[in-house]
Amino acid sequence: MVTIVNYGMGNLRSIESALHYLGFACVIEDRPDRVAASEKLILPGVGSFSRAMANLRSTGLQNALEHAVRGRGVPVLGICLGMQLLAARGTEDGLSEGLGWIPGEVVRFTARNDRKIPHIGFNTVSRKVQSGAMFSGLPDAADFYFVHSYHFVPLAPDVVTGECEYGEPVVAAVANGNVWGVQFHPEKSQGNGLQLLRNFCGSAAGPC
Amino acid sequence: MLKSRLIFTLLLDAGYYNLSRNFRLQRVGDLKWVQENYDFDSIARSIDELIVLDVAKAEASDIDALAAQVRRLGEQCFMPIAAGGGIRSIAHAQKLFQAGADKLVLNSPYFEDPRLVRELVRTYGAQSIVASIDFHLQEDGTRRVYCRGGTRDTGLKLEQAIDLVQEVGTGELYLTSMERDGTGDGYDLASLSMASRLASVPVIASGGAGNYAHFVEALGSRAVNAVSTANLFNFMGDGLRDARNEMLRDGVSLTLWVPF
Repeated sequence: MVTIVNYGMGNLRSIESALHYLGFACVIEDRPDRVAASEKLILPGVGSFSRAMANLRSTGLQNALEHAVRGRGVPVLGICLGMQLLAARGTEDGLSEGLGWIPGEVVRFTARNDRKIPHIGFNTVSRKVQSGAMFSGLPDAADFYFVHSYHFVPLAPDVVTGECEYGEPVVAAVANGNVWGVQFHPEKSQGNGLQLLRNFCGSAAGPC
Repeated sequence: MLKSRLIFTLLLDAGYYNLSRNFRLQRVGDLKWVQENYDFDSIARSIDELIVLDVAKAEASDIDALAAQVRRLGEQCFMPIAAGGGIRSIAHAQKLFQAGADKLVLNSPYFEDPRLVRELVRTYGAQSIVASIDFHLQEDGTRRVYCRGGTRDTGLKLEQAIDLVQEVGTGELYLTSMERDGTGDGYDLASLSMASRLASVPVIASGGAGNYAHFVEALGSRAVNAVSTANLFNFMGDGLRDARNEMLRDGVSLTLWVPF
Protein backbone atom coordinates (compact mmCIF):
# COMPACT_ATOMS: atom_id res chain seq x y z
CA MET A 1 0.00 0.00 0.00
CA VAL A 2 1.34 3.40 -1.01
CA THR A 3 0.48 6.34 1.23
CA ILE A 4 0.12 9.71 -0.48
CA VAL A 5 0.71 12.38 2.14
CA ASN A 6 -1.98 15.04 2.25
CA TYR A 7 -0.76 18.19 3.95
CA GLY A 8 -2.90 20.65 2.04
CA MET A 9 -0.47 21.31 -0.78
CA GLY A 10 -0.74 19.85 -4.21
CA ASN A 11 -2.28 17.61 -6.67
CA LEU A 12 -3.00 14.36 -4.88
CA ARG A 13 -5.69 13.10 -7.19
CA SER A 14 -3.41 12.93 -10.24
CA ILE A 15 -0.95 10.73 -8.38
CA GLU A 16 -3.78 8.56 -7.11
CA SER A 17 -5.15 8.21 -10.67
CA ALA A 18 -1.75 7.21 -12.02
CA LEU A 19 -1.23 4.57 -9.31
CA HIS A 20 -4.74 3.20 -9.89
CA TYR A 21 -4.04 3.01 -13.59
CA LEU A 22 -0.86 1.05 -12.82
CA GLY A 23 -2.75 -1.26 -10.46
CA PHE A 24 -1.08 -0.19 -7.19
CA ALA A 25 -3.21 0.22 -4.08
CA CYS A 26 -2.87 3.64 -2.51
CA VAL A 27 -4.46 5.88 0.04
CA ILE A 28 -4.49 9.65 0.50
CA GLU A 29 -3.66 10.25 4.15
CA ASP A 30 -3.53 13.26 6.48
CA ARG A 31 -3.40 11.47 9.86
CA PRO A 32 0.09 11.51 11.37
CA ASP A 33 -0.24 8.08 13.04
CA ARG A 34 -1.17 6.46 9.72
CA VAL A 35 1.66 8.23 7.91
CA ALA A 36 4.10 7.10 10.61
CA ALA A 37 2.96 3.49 10.13
CA SER A 38 3.01 3.53 6.30
CA GLU A 39 4.85 1.05 4.06
CA LYS A 40 5.71 3.37 1.22
CA LEU A 41 5.26 7.13 0.98
CA ILE A 42 4.72 9.65 -1.74
CA LEU A 43 5.23 13.26 -0.72
CA PRO A 44 3.61 15.45 -3.36
CA GLY A 45 3.50 19.21 -3.35
CA VAL A 46 2.70 22.34 -5.29
CA GLY A 47 3.12 25.79 -3.81
CA SER A 48 5.60 27.58 -1.62
CA PHE A 49 8.37 25.88 0.37
CA SER A 50 7.86 27.85 3.58
CA ARG A 51 4.11 27.33 3.57
CA ALA A 52 4.53 23.61 2.94
CA MET A 53 6.94 23.22 5.85
CA ALA A 54 4.65 25.27 8.09
CA ASN A 55 1.78 22.93 7.19
CA LEU A 56 3.87 19.81 7.83
CA ARG A 57 4.94 21.15 11.22
CA SER A 58 1.55 22.35 12.40
CA THR A 59 -0.22 19.11 11.43
CA GLY A 60 2.32 16.85 13.13
CA LEU A 61 3.10 15.25 9.78
CA GLN A 62 6.76 16.28 9.86
CA ASN A 63 7.34 14.15 12.96
CA ALA A 64 5.33 11.31 11.44
CA LEU A 65 7.41 11.43 8.26
CA GLU A 66 10.60 11.59 10.28
CA HIS A 67 9.53 8.50 12.20
CA ALA A 68 8.64 6.54 9.06
CA VAL A 69 11.48 7.59 6.75
CA ARG A 70 14.40 8.00 9.14
CA GLY A 71 13.22 5.77 11.97
CA ARG A 72 11.79 2.85 10.00
CA GLY A 73 13.53 3.29 6.65
CA VAL A 74 10.26 3.50 4.70
CA PRO A 75 10.85 4.35 1.02
CA VAL A 76 9.68 7.85 0.12
CA LEU A 77 9.28 9.59 -3.22
CA GLY A 78 9.14 13.37 -3.12
CA ILE A 79 7.56 14.95 -6.18
CA CYS A 80 8.20 18.55 -7.30
CA LEU A 81 7.88 20.68 -4.14
CA GLY A 82 7.88 17.37 -2.25
CA MET A 83 11.36 16.73 -3.65
CA GLN A 84 12.53 20.20 -2.70
CA LEU A 85 11.32 19.67 0.89
CA LEU A 86 13.88 16.85 1.21
CA ALA A 87 16.55 19.57 1.30
CA ALA A 88 18.00 21.10 4.44
CA ARG A 89 16.62 24.51 3.61
CA GLY A 90 14.63 26.55 1.17
CA THR A 91 14.72 30.21 0.25
CA GLU A 92 11.17 30.68 -1.08
CA ASP A 93 9.31 33.38 0.96
CA GLY A 94 12.28 33.75 3.30
CA LEU A 95 14.72 31.19 4.58
CA SER A 96 13.07 28.10 6.07
CA GLU A 97 14.22 24.69 7.20
CA GLY A 98 13.31 21.67 5.11
CA LEU A 99 13.07 18.01 6.09
CA GLY A 100 16.86 17.80 5.84
CA TRP A 101 17.04 14.26 4.48
CA ILE A 102 19.32 15.29 1.64
CA PRO A 103 21.89 18.01 2.41
CA GLY A 104 21.54 21.00 0.16
CA GLU A 105 19.31 23.96 -0.46
CA VAL A 106 16.54 25.10 -2.76
CA VAL A 107 17.11 28.35 -4.61
CA ARG A 108 15.29 30.38 -7.23
CA PHE A 109 16.44 30.26 -10.85
CA THR A 110 18.46 33.37 -11.53
CA ALA A 111 16.85 35.62 -14.13
CA ARG A 112 18.63 35.46 -17.47
CA ASN A 113 17.82 36.51 -20.98
CA ASP A 114 18.15 33.03 -22.48
CA ARG A 115 15.43 31.34 -20.44
CA LYS A 116 12.00 31.96 -19.02
CA ILE A 117 10.95 31.34 -15.44
CA PRO A 118 9.18 29.16 -14.40
CA HIS A 119 10.85 26.24 -16.14
CA ILE A 120 7.70 24.73 -17.55
CA GLY A 121 7.14 21.87 -19.94
CA PHE A 122 8.68 18.57 -20.93
CA ASN A 123 12.46 18.45 -20.68
CA THR A 124 14.94 15.64 -21.19
CA VAL A 125 16.42 14.02 -18.12
CA SER A 126 19.79 12.31 -18.48
CA ARG A 127 20.27 9.64 -15.92
CA LYS A 128 23.43 9.40 -13.86
CA VAL A 129 25.32 6.15 -13.29
CA GLN A 130 24.16 6.08 -9.68
CA SER A 131 20.47 6.24 -10.62
CA GLY A 132 19.82 2.65 -9.52
CA ALA A 133 16.31 1.37 -10.15
CA MET A 134 14.74 4.80 -10.55
CA PHE A 135 14.88 4.90 -14.35
CA SER A 136 14.58 1.16 -15.06
CA GLY A 137 12.81 0.43 -18.31
CA LEU A 138 13.46 3.92 -19.67
CA PRO A 139 16.01 5.20 -22.18
CA ASP A 140 19.16 6.91 -20.81
CA ALA A 141 17.62 10.22 -21.75
CA ALA A 142 13.86 10.43 -21.12
CA ASP A 143 11.43 13.36 -21.17
CA PHE A 144 9.49 14.43 -18.10
CA TYR A 145 7.14 17.30 -17.28
CA PHE A 146 8.50 20.14 -15.14
CA VAL A 147 6.86 23.18 -13.55
CA HIS A 148 9.06 25.06 -11.11
CA SER A 149 10.77 28.35 -10.37
CA TYR A 150 13.03 27.01 -7.63
CA HIS A 151 15.50 24.17 -7.90
CA PHE A 152 17.41 21.84 -5.63
CA VAL A 153 21.17 22.33 -5.24
CA PRO A 154 22.47 19.34 -3.25
CA LEU A 155 25.67 19.58 -1.25
CA ALA A 156 27.04 16.26 -2.54
CA PRO A 157 26.87 15.52 -6.29
CA ASP A 158 26.56 11.77 -5.73
CA VAL A 159 22.90 12.07 -4.66
CA VAL A 160 21.99 13.35 -8.14
CA THR A 161 20.39 10.57 -10.22
CA GLY A 162 19.13 12.68 -13.11
CA GLU A 163 19.85 16.05 -14.64
CA CYS A 164 18.30 18.24 -17.29
CA GLU A 165 19.52 21.28 -19.21
CA TYR A 166 17.82 24.61 -18.71
CA GLY A 167 20.48 27.15 -19.59
CA GLU A 168 22.57 25.28 -17.03
CA PRO A 169 22.49 21.73 -15.67
CA VAL A 170 19.48 21.44 -13.35
CA VAL A 171 19.05 18.68 -10.78
CA ALA A 172 16.01 16.67 -11.89
CA ALA A 173 16.20 13.64 -9.61
CA VAL A 174 17.95 12.71 -6.37
CA ALA A 175 18.29 9.58 -4.25
CA ASN A 176 19.80 8.95 -0.87
CA GLY A 177 19.11 5.44 0.39
CA ASN A 178 15.35 5.05 0.89
CA VAL A 179 14.75 8.70 -0.07
CA TRP A 180 13.91 9.45 -3.71
CA GLY A 181 13.01 12.81 -5.12
CA VAL A 182 12.05 14.02 -8.58
CA GLN A 183 11.70 17.67 -9.54
CA PHE A 184 9.39 16.73 -12.42
CA HIS A 185 5.87 15.31 -12.24
CA PRO A 186 5.91 11.59 -13.09
CA GLU A 187 2.11 11.50 -12.84
CA LYS A 188 2.02 14.10 -15.62
CA SER A 189 4.74 12.65 -17.86
CA GLN A 190 2.76 10.16 -19.94
CA GLY A 191 4.40 6.70 -20.33
CA ASN A 192 7.78 7.79 -18.95
CA GLY A 193 6.35 8.99 -15.67
CA LEU A 194 4.13 5.93 -15.30
CA GLN A 195 7.23 3.75 -15.69
CA LEU A 196 9.09 5.70 -12.98
CA LEU A 197 6.12 5.35 -10.61
CA ARG A 198 6.06 1.63 -11.38
CA ASN A 199 9.76 1.49 -10.49
CA PHE A 200 9.10 3.16 -7.15
CA CYS A 201 5.90 1.37 -6.19
CA GLY A 202 6.96 -2.02 -7.45
CA SER A 203 10.36 -2.23 -5.76
CA ALA A 204 9.63 -4.19 -2.58
CA ALA A 205 12.94 -3.67 -0.80
CA GLY A 206 13.03 0.03 -1.41
CA PRO A 207 14.95 2.11 -3.86
CA CYS A 208 18.69 1.81 -4.54
CA MET B 1 16.43 21.43 -23.98
CA LEU B 2 12.82 22.29 -23.26
CA LYS B 3 10.36 20.63 -25.61
CA SER B 4 7.62 22.31 -27.57
CA ARG B 5 4.08 21.41 -26.56
CA LEU B 6 0.99 20.31 -28.45
CA ILE B 7 -2.12 21.12 -26.44
CA PHE B 8 -5.73 20.14 -26.93
CA THR B 9 -8.45 22.38 -25.55
CA LEU B 10 -11.90 21.06 -24.68
CA LEU B 11 -14.64 23.69 -24.68
CA LEU B 12 -17.37 22.84 -22.22
CA ASP B 13 -20.83 24.39 -21.99
CA ALA B 14 -23.56 22.94 -19.78
CA GLY B 15 -22.09 19.43 -19.88
CA TYR B 16 -21.49 19.41 -23.60
CA TYR B 17 -18.38 19.88 -25.68
CA ASN B 18 -18.33 22.51 -28.33
CA LEU B 19 -16.70 23.72 -31.46
CA SER B 20 -16.07 27.42 -31.59
CA ARG B 21 -15.84 29.67 -34.59
CA ASN B 22 -15.08 33.30 -33.94
CA PHE B 23 -16.33 32.63 -30.40
CA ARG B 24 -19.70 31.30 -31.57
CA LEU B 25 -20.28 27.87 -30.08
CA GLN B 26 -21.60 24.75 -31.71
CA ARG B 27 -22.48 21.85 -29.45
CA VAL B 28 -21.03 18.46 -30.50
CA GLY B 29 -21.68 16.08 -27.59
CA ASP B 30 -21.02 15.15 -23.98
CA LEU B 31 -17.82 13.56 -22.68
CA LYS B 32 -19.14 10.06 -23.35
CA TRP B 33 -19.91 11.08 -26.90
CA VAL B 34 -16.46 12.58 -27.35
CA GLN B 35 -14.88 9.43 -25.96
CA GLU B 36 -16.91 7.20 -28.24
CA ASN B 37 -16.55 9.27 -31.36
CA TYR B 38 -13.08 10.66 -31.08
CA ASP B 39 -11.06 7.83 -29.57
CA PHE B 40 -10.18 9.91 -26.56
CA ASP B 41 -7.37 7.53 -25.59
CA SER B 42 -5.66 8.33 -28.87
CA ILE B 43 -6.04 12.07 -28.20
CA ALA B 44 -4.80 11.66 -24.62
CA ARG B 45 -1.67 9.83 -25.77
CA SER B 46 -0.93 12.30 -28.54
CA ILE B 47 -0.80 15.57 -26.65
CA ASP B 48 1.45 17.15 -24.04
CA GLU B 49 -1.23 18.97 -22.17
CA LEU B 50 -5.01 19.24 -21.89
CA ILE B 51 -6.97 22.42 -21.29
CA VAL B 52 -10.62 22.29 -20.24
CA LEU B 53 -12.57 25.54 -20.43
CA ASP B 54 -16.10 26.25 -19.32
CA VAL B 55 -17.16 28.65 -22.04
CA ALA B 56 -20.74 29.08 -20.80
CA LYS B 57 -21.98 32.61 -20.25
CA ALA B 58 -21.05 33.98 -16.83
CA GLU B 59 -24.48 33.41 -15.26
CA ALA B 60 -24.56 29.81 -16.51
CA SER B 61 -21.03 28.80 -15.54
CA ASP B 62 -20.88 25.85 -13.18
CA ILE B 63 -17.62 25.29 -11.32
CA ASP B 64 -18.78 21.97 -9.84
CA ALA B 65 -19.61 20.58 -13.27
CA LEU B 66 -16.23 21.74 -14.55
CA ALA B 67 -14.48 20.12 -11.59
CA ALA B 68 -16.37 16.88 -12.24
CA GLN B 69 -15.18 16.86 -15.87
CA VAL B 70 -11.59 17.52 -14.77
CA ARG B 71 -11.84 14.63 -12.33
CA ARG B 72 -13.11 12.21 -14.95
CA LEU B 73 -10.58 13.31 -17.54
CA GLY B 74 -7.78 13.01 -15.01
CA GLU B 75 -8.45 9.32 -14.54
CA GLN B 76 -7.21 8.65 -18.03
CA CYS B 77 -4.89 11.58 -18.74
CA PHE B 78 -1.33 11.45 -17.41
CA MET B 79 -0.32 14.88 -18.53
CA PRO B 80 -0.85 18.37 -17.17
CA ILE B 81 -4.45 19.56 -17.11
CA ALA B 82 -5.35 23.23 -16.99
CA ALA B 83 -8.92 24.26 -16.24
CA GLY B 84 -10.78 27.52 -16.26
CA GLY B 85 -13.88 29.47 -17.06
CA GLY B 86 -16.00 30.86 -14.26
CA ILE B 87 -13.34 31.02 -11.53
CA ARG B 88 -14.49 33.88 -9.32
CA SER B 89 -13.16 32.93 -5.88
CA ILE B 90 -10.44 31.08 -4.02
CA ALA B 91 -13.01 28.38 -3.26
CA HIS B 92 -13.56 27.85 -6.99
CA ALA B 93 -9.83 27.50 -7.51
CA GLN B 94 -9.60 24.98 -4.70
CA LYS B 95 -12.35 22.87 -6.24
CA LEU B 96 -10.49 22.65 -9.52
CA PHE B 97 -7.14 21.84 -7.93
CA GLN B 98 -8.79 19.19 -5.76
CA ALA B 99 -10.37 17.70 -8.87
CA GLY B 100 -6.88 17.24 -10.33
CA ALA B 101 -6.23 20.43 -12.26
CA ASP B 102 -2.58 21.47 -12.32
CA LYS B 103 -3.19 24.97 -13.52
CA LEU B 104 -5.97 27.49 -13.62
CA VAL B 105 -6.86 29.43 -16.72
CA LEU B 106 -8.04 32.95 -15.91
CA ASN B 107 -9.35 35.60 -18.23
CA SER B 108 -12.00 38.09 -17.01
CA PRO B 109 -10.65 38.25 -13.40
CA TYR B 110 -7.47 39.93 -14.70
CA PHE B 111 -9.58 42.81 -15.93
CA GLU B 112 -12.44 42.78 -13.40
CA ASP B 113 -10.98 41.42 -10.17
CA PRO B 114 -7.17 41.51 -10.25
CA ARG B 115 -7.10 41.17 -6.45
CA LEU B 116 -8.43 37.63 -6.83
CA VAL B 117 -5.68 36.79 -9.33
CA ARG B 118 -3.00 38.25 -7.05
CA GLU B 119 -4.28 36.14 -4.20
CA LEU B 120 -4.32 33.02 -6.37
CA VAL B 121 -0.75 33.74 -7.47
CA ARG B 122 0.29 34.23 -3.84
CA THR B 123 -1.44 31.03 -2.74
CA TYR B 124 -0.60 28.65 -5.56
CA GLY B 125 2.39 30.26 -7.26
CA ALA B 126 2.52 31.98 -10.63
CA GLN B 127 3.41 28.69 -12.35
CA SER B 128 -0.11 27.43 -11.56
CA ILE B 129 -1.81 30.29 -13.36
CA VAL B 130 -2.38 30.69 -17.09
CA ALA B 131 -3.52 34.11 -18.28
CA SER B 132 -5.93 33.75 -21.18
CA ILE B 133 -6.18 36.79 -23.43
CA ASP B 134 -8.68 37.03 -26.29
CA PHE B 135 -7.73 39.63 -28.87
CA HIS B 136 -9.31 40.96 -32.00
CA LEU B 137 -7.35 42.58 -34.82
CA GLN B 138 -8.84 45.98 -35.66
CA GLU B 139 -8.93 47.66 -39.05
CA ASP B 140 -6.28 50.13 -37.91
CA GLY B 141 -3.95 47.23 -37.15
CA THR B 142 -4.28 47.46 -33.38
CA ARG B 143 -5.25 44.41 -31.38
CA ARG B 144 -8.13 44.97 -29.01
CA VAL B 145 -8.59 42.72 -25.96
CA TYR B 146 -11.97 41.35 -24.86
CA CYS B 147 -13.07 39.45 -21.78
CA ARG B 148 -16.22 37.55 -20.78
CA GLY B 149 -15.92 35.14 -23.67
CA GLY B 150 -15.25 37.86 -26.20
CA THR B 151 -18.32 39.92 -25.32
CA ARG B 152 -16.81 42.74 -23.27
CA ASP B 153 -14.28 45.24 -24.58
CA THR B 154 -11.59 45.79 -21.94
CA GLY B 155 -10.45 48.98 -23.66
CA LEU B 156 -6.92 47.57 -23.70
CA LYS B 157 -4.61 46.79 -26.57
CA LEU B 158 -2.93 43.40 -26.59
CA GLU B 159 0.38 44.99 -25.58
CA GLN B 160 -1.26 46.69 -22.59
CA ALA B 161 -3.09 43.52 -21.58
CA ILE B 162 0.15 41.53 -21.65
CA ASP B 163 1.80 44.13 -19.40
CA LEU B 164 -1.21 44.05 -17.10
CA VAL B 165 -1.42 40.27 -16.68
CA GLN B 166 2.32 39.99 -16.15
CA GLU B 167 2.20 42.72 -13.53
CA VAL B 168 -0.74 41.04 -11.74
CA GLY B 169 1.04 37.70 -12.08
CA THR B 170 0.96 34.69 -14.40
CA GLY B 171 3.01 31.66 -15.34
CA GLU B 172 1.97 31.50 -18.99
CA LEU B 173 0.03 33.37 -21.63
CA TYR B 174 -2.72 31.65 -23.63
CA LEU B 175 -3.40 33.98 -26.54
CA THR B 176 -6.45 33.48 -28.70
CA SER B 177 -7.05 35.30 -31.94
CA MET B 178 -10.81 35.85 -32.09
CA GLU B 179 -10.98 36.24 -35.84
CA ARG B 180 -8.85 33.13 -36.48
CA ASP B 181 -10.73 31.04 -33.90
CA GLY B 182 -12.23 27.95 -35.52
CA THR B 183 -11.37 29.00 -39.05
CA GLY B 184 -8.53 26.58 -39.65
CA ASP B 185 -6.69 29.35 -41.52
CA GLY B 186 -3.60 29.17 -39.30
CA TYR B 187 -2.41 31.15 -36.31
CA ASP B 188 -1.98 34.92 -36.26
CA LEU B 189 1.80 34.67 -36.27
CA ALA B 190 2.45 38.42 -36.43
CA SER B 191 0.49 39.02 -33.24
CA LEU B 192 2.04 36.03 -31.52
CA SER B 193 5.56 37.16 -32.40
CA MET B 194 4.86 40.63 -31.09
CA ALA B 195 3.36 39.17 -27.90
CA SER B 196 6.27 36.83 -27.37
CA ARG B 197 8.74 39.70 -27.47
CA LEU B 198 6.82 41.40 -24.64
CA ALA B 199 6.31 38.24 -22.65
CA SER B 200 8.67 37.07 -19.94
CA VAL B 201 6.64 33.88 -19.55
CA PRO B 202 5.89 31.06 -22.04
CA VAL B 203 3.31 31.74 -24.75
CA ILE B 204 0.64 29.29 -25.95
CA ALA B 205 -0.84 29.95 -29.41
CA SER B 206 -4.58 29.53 -29.81
CA GLY B 207 -7.05 30.22 -32.58
CA GLY B 208 -6.75 29.14 -36.17
CA ALA B 209 -4.97 25.80 -36.36
CA GLY B 210 -6.42 23.70 -39.17
CA ASN B 211 -3.70 21.14 -39.80
CA TYR B 212 -0.33 20.01 -38.54
CA ALA B 213 1.53 22.45 -40.81
CA HIS B 214 0.08 25.31 -38.77
CA PHE B 215 1.54 23.78 -35.61
CA VAL B 216 4.93 23.38 -37.30
CA GLU B 217 4.84 26.93 -38.64
CA ALA B 218 4.04 28.51 -35.25
CA LEU B 219 6.58 26.47 -33.31
CA GLY B 220 9.18 26.88 -36.03
CA SER B 221 8.80 30.65 -35.92
CA ARG B 222 10.01 30.45 -32.31
CA ALA B 223 7.24 32.89 -31.43
CA VAL B 224 5.54 30.43 -29.13
CA ASN B 225 6.41 27.59 -26.77
CA ALA B 226 3.19 25.70 -27.31
CA VAL B 227 0.39 25.34 -29.84
CA SER B 228 -3.18 24.48 -29.05
CA THR B 229 -6.28 23.53 -30.94
CA ALA B 230 -9.88 23.13 -29.86
CA ASN B 231 -10.97 21.80 -33.19
CA LEU B 232 -12.34 18.31 -32.71
CA PHE B 233 -13.37 17.96 -36.33
CA ASN B 234 -10.06 18.87 -37.92
CA PHE B 235 -8.24 16.41 -35.72
CA MET B 236 -10.79 13.64 -35.32
CA GLY B 237 -9.94 9.98 -34.77
CA ASP B 238 -6.19 9.63 -34.98
CA GLY B 239 -5.84 13.18 -36.29
CA LEU B 240 -3.79 14.43 -33.37
CA ARG B 241 -1.59 11.33 -33.30
CA ASP B 242 -0.91 11.74 -37.01
CA ALA B 243 -0.26 15.47 -36.56
CA ARG B 244 2.20 14.72 -33.78
CA ASN B 245 4.05 12.20 -35.94
CA GLU B 246 4.19 14.66 -38.83
CA MET B 247 5.54 17.34 -36.51
CA LEU B 248 8.26 14.98 -35.27
CA ARG B 249 9.15 14.12 -38.87
CA ASP B 250 9.43 17.84 -39.62
CA GLY B 251 11.95 18.18 -36.85
CA VAL B 252 9.75 19.81 -34.19
CA SER B 253 11.23 19.09 -30.79
CA LEU B 254 8.35 17.25 -29.13
CA THR B 255 8.39 14.90 -26.19
CA LEU B 256 8.76 11.16 -26.75
CA TRP B 257 7.51 8.64 -24.24
CA VAL B 258 7.53 4.90 -23.81
CA PRO B 259 4.25 3.23 -24.81
CA PHE B 260 1.68 2.57 -22.10
